[in-house]
Amino acid sequence: MEIFDHLALGFSVAFTFQNLFYCFVGALLGTLIGVLPGLGPVPTIAMLLPITFGLPPVSALIMLAGIYYGAQYGGSTTAILINLPGESSSVVTAIDGYQMARKGRAGAALATAAIGSFFAGSVATFLLAVFAPPLADLALKFGPPEYFALMVLGLVASVALASGSVIKALAMVVFGILLGLSGQDVYTGTPRFTFDMLELADGIEFVALAMGVFGIGEIVRNLEDEHSRTVMVKKVQGLLLSKDDIKRIIGPILRGTFLGSFLGILPGGGAILSSFAAYSVEKKISRRPQEFGKGAIEAVAAPESANNAGAQTSFIPMLTLGIPSNPVMALMIGALIIQGIVPGPNVVNEQPNLFWGIIASMWIGNFMLVVLNLPLIGIWVRLLTVPYHILFPLIVGFCCIGVYSVNNNAIDVYAMALFGLIGYVLLKLHCEPAPLLLGFIIGPMLEEYLRRAMLISRGDPTVFFTRPISATMLGLAALALVVVLLPSVRKKREEAFQE
Amino acid sequence: MTRFMKNPRNVATGLLLIATAALFAWQSLDLPMGQAIRMGPGYFPIILAGLLAFLGLIVLATGVALPSEHGDGAIHFRQWPWRALFLVTVAIVLFGVGIRPLGLGPSMGLAVFISALASRKFSLVTGLVSALIMVAFSWAVFIKGLGLPLPMLGPWLGGY
Repeated sequence: MEIFDHLALGFSVAFTFQNLFYCFVGALLGTLIGVLPGLGPVPTIAMLLPITFGLPPVSALIMLAGIYYGAQYGGSTTAILINLPGESSSVVTAIDGYQMARKGRAGAALATAAIGSFFAGSVATFLLAVFAPPLADLALKFGPPEYFALMVLGLVASVALASGSVIKALAMVVFGILLGLSGQDVYTGTPRFTFDMLELADGIEFVALAMGVFGIGEIVRNLEDEHSRTVMVKKVQGLLLSKDDIKRIIGPILRGTFLGSFLGILPGGGAILSSFAAYSVEKKISRRPQEFGKGAIEAVAAPESANNAGAQTSFIPMLTLGIPSNPVMALMIGALIIQGIVPGPNVVNEQPNLFWGIIASMWIGNFMLVVLNLPLIGIWVRLLTVPYHILFPLIVGFCCIGVYSVNNNAIDVYAMALFGLIGYVLLKLHCEPAPLLLGFIIGPMLEEYLRRAMLISRGDPTVFFTRPISATMLGLAALALVVVLLPSVRKKREEAFQE
Repeated sequence: MTRFMKNPRNVATGLLLIATAALFAWQSLDLPMGQAIRMGPGYFPIILAGLLAFLGLIVLATGVALPSEHGDGAIHFRQWPWRALFLVTVAIVLFGVGIRPLGLGPSMGLAVFISALASRKFSLVTGLVSALIMVAFSWAVFIKGLGLPLPMLGPWLGGY
């Protein structure tokens, strides 16, 4: 079996001392920021990108991946203990998890979340190992028109599956692409949108955009209303599950894993959508739907499994196609590019160490999270009491030095300040910043494939519709748009996100 | 006002999108267009700017015609955390201005301290302590650890 050879290679890479160390650091940092409300994985990974420059690509990616799934994990801890989801993907967990904690079953809820996450993470990692290589092989056969269509489909799908207004999200994608095109044109070297500033010749720094919109903008929003948090549960007891509990969570964990694995692959899906979907499914099929919202253990097990599964499988399009399905994956692609690796289907074949090393490290990282976190829960609880007004100036400081160190250029610092303002205004106007970041990353690739495709077809735009794969993907994209814009579906979709 | 527009938030969004599209279109006009077969640097941006303006128009139209589905649709400028918005921005810009002449130490300290002022729960002691912690931390990680070519004290303060 080829896959076992590959996994063996992956584990041999991941089990070196250095990579184990970075995996551990990533998972730990991820849990930390997951626990701290108001600090998400996107600004954290953006802040840490400069630190990873000096590392080998495998170690850098292993650590960044660890932050992502660690954050899913840490987010659930705060959701359960203080009804404050550290991550948006733990919003659903907070509903019943907190109720369980109030009934004195915090330990059981945390254990359920841990077991569900670990199981789902393992399954999803395995799926990644099985499905990514064939997908990459398929993608290698793609020409420029197919790639262009695929990216359009990816962007549209991420818009369709995101919450909020579809039109506004589309506008954010276009805005992001335009920002992404700034700097020198690849073909002619003509500077674009640089306002005659030499410093902008290389384009807008991605880290500045990500930190500004997701880091600084969020900080200002959090300062709108400051209120103190109180940790209700001082001591967590009873981490062991009863037989009855175990019986009740097996089904939800399996369903959540399956659902999350599937939704994670879709662009725009990932952890958030997965957890919402898993909750609704469990509520629909449960024999005790009246218990949901009052501390049903199923309602913790399913979304926690789903969000972790979704977090893992969202690596599939990133690693095989070079297309990010959510902002974290966009940052991962940024990290790959900085490391001099061209993201895309070639990564699997040309960088087997990197590809399989990351996959193996995910499993190891998930294992570390279970082993580490349950005993360390006391420390995490104490961390929750760090007030935000002490935390956020440190984040601002870290963002400043982080963005400066990318190019040693003050213009990036100013850009971050500007994008912080833009990010806050966008939040106030109910425009989601995530599509903006995706557009920014995909923009340059999109233009390049469009140009190449038109060159091949001698300027005939019908090439996108005469080639079957590209036509199918564009058709799907159009269908997705029409469907979400239909009034009846729109209403249902909003209801789903309301829940 | 509300008689003419049912959802001021969307009206503002639409107008801002159109203005952004106009800015990008204006900037792209100077760029060579090329033709479809060999697109110039201005080709794709112009298409995108058009698309953005079109989407902005839709948002604008919905803002005029349809009431908001989330809340009253008002923007509530008065409730914006203007102080935080201003202080955090100033802190970051000052960091950028000061990093070369003043060095990492003073600019980091200033940035952290000024942004700490943005909170209503600010206290002098925690502000100073946070600033000091961050200065020490960034020295350890970025100058010692990562070897960033930055002095703690810049030329203006007797550094190099």
